[in-house]
Amino acid sequence: MEVPILKQGRFLIATIQAALSDADLLQLRRALIDKVIHFRSHGVIVDVTALDVMDSFATRTLRDITNVIRLRGADTVIVGIQPEVAFAMVQLGLTMEGVATALDLEEGLAHLQQRAARNT
Amino acid sequence: MPVPQDILVSIRSDVDIVLARQQGRSMATSIGFAATDATLIATAISELARNIVTYAQQGEVAMRGVETSHSKGIVIVARDNGPGIRSIPDVLRDGYSTSGGLGLGLPGVKRLMDEFAIESEPRRGTTVTIRKWLK
Repeated sequence: MEVPILKQGRFLIATIQAALSDADLLQLRRALIDKVIHFRSHGVIVDVTALDVMDSFATRTLRDITNVIRLRGADTVIVGIQPEVAFAMVQLGLTMEGVATALDLEEGLAHLQQRAARNT
Repeated sequence: MPVPQDILVSIRSDVDIVLARQQGRSMATSIGFAATDATLIATAISELARNIVTYAQQGEVAMRGVETSHSKGIVIVARDNGPGIRSIPDVLRDGYSTSGGLGLGLPGVKRLMDEFAIESEPRRGTTVTIRKWLK
């Protein structure tokens, strides 16, 4: 299941639409990093509202995406982690240290715009 | 509510991990677990199924509803004939990993559930049994 990635000016928005297998997550990582390089994007939003579970693999992959994109000088925000998913992550011992998160797409965009304004 | 039918998911690839946790969530929901607990159960299944794919390549996850005189719950058994675990105390320690993963698989799964048991023998395989009860 491929995750659509939308270009919105200097930002990219990836909206996950259904549960993802490990292979799907790795495909998302590749596609996002390729697009950030291709479009010279300043920021990326990954919308995980539709994810039913964020296990150790999903969490690590999202952290990897953020780290690679940061090395390109761009910011990543993960938006839409569901409350019960967040609870399960904490119980499991997973953290998203160093990864920006926001409630929803709107707040994620606001976060990226703020960061962009500070950098110009 | 009647006890739902037993479910067996054979685990051979990462796609089966998703299938197993989705089946587990729907079984948990049909037993009467609320969304939060159903997500904890689905997450635990995801981790156990991933261990099978990573360490044993193949195995199975069996799930069934259980009912006692005073409680209802779900039992999940993840079984493989893989390399087994040499030291169980080691893998139950937070931060331990042999695959370069995050190293919090099994202790984390234990925290997600009410009961946790593991049996393993080198070269014979590993069986992990977890339970959660309706509160």
